[in-house]
Amino acid sequence: MSDLRTPLARARSLGSGRNGTRHWLAQRITALALIPLGLAAVLLFFWVMHLGYARAVMVMHQPWVLLFVVLLVGVVFWHGFLGLQVVIEDYVPHRGRAFALITAARFVAVALALLGIISAALVTFRSF
Amino acid sequence: MSSNSMPTSPHIGVYRWQITMTLSILHRLSGVVLLSGALGLVYWLVALALGPQAFAQAGCFFASWIGQVLLCAWSLAFFFHLLNGIRHLTWDAGFGFTKRVYRASGWLVVVSALVLTGFAWAFGWILAAGGAA
Repeated sequence: MSDLRTPLARARSLGSGRNGTRHWLAQRITALALIPLGLAAVLLFFWVMHLGYARAVMVMHQPWVLLFVVLLVGVVFWHGFLGLQVVIEDYVPHRGRAFALITAARFVAVALALLGIISAALVTFRSF
Repeated sequence: MSSNSMPTSPHIGVYRWQITMTLSILHRLSGVVLLSGALGLVYWLVALALGPQAFAQAGCFFASWIGQVLLCAWSLAFFFHLLNGIRHLTWDAGFGFTKRVYRASGWLVVVSALVLTGFAWAFGWILAAGGAA
């Protein structure tokens, strides 16, 4: 994706010195994915919220719901991290501190996404 | 400026107020609010995996006034970020870049976000009433 820039442009130091195009594109693609995923999530959670534990587990037992939750949680934290990265880059002027914060945010985002996905998978595959 | 510092933009106080700059700030703010909403989503999934007791506790939390305020904020932030995000995507595709259009689309986003949030809560209340019956 970063190859949208020509080697000559990179050699002349035109555009981002790192991977700006890739970040920009990933942010937009995850945004597109989140239009249907987000809308479905709001509908699903307004519905499931009012169910008791047993019925919520029954909803979660369906494989397509797990697939949906995995996609949702994965893309939400991916898009969320990309956005937070830009906020940190813009408002933390010290480069070292910004790098440390972004790296920490990356770890936290991956950990939380895995926590959500593993929890959902446990509910789906657990027999009770 | 030390070599460690990145260039910063002039303070926003030098500009006259415009709908576009307010929505730009709100887009970032709602994005950060939605990250806390993602935290709430993970908490709910973990509670569901932990069992009925933890799930009931999570239910109590979301039903409490703090939980309700959070759900209100998350739903409003969601619809605003969704609509304004679509506005951004149309700009990226090369449309809507005239003063008249981006001001109008900005106000459309604000009004639509409020209306859709209202609809979502009405939908939730109807489901809640249906579930209780």
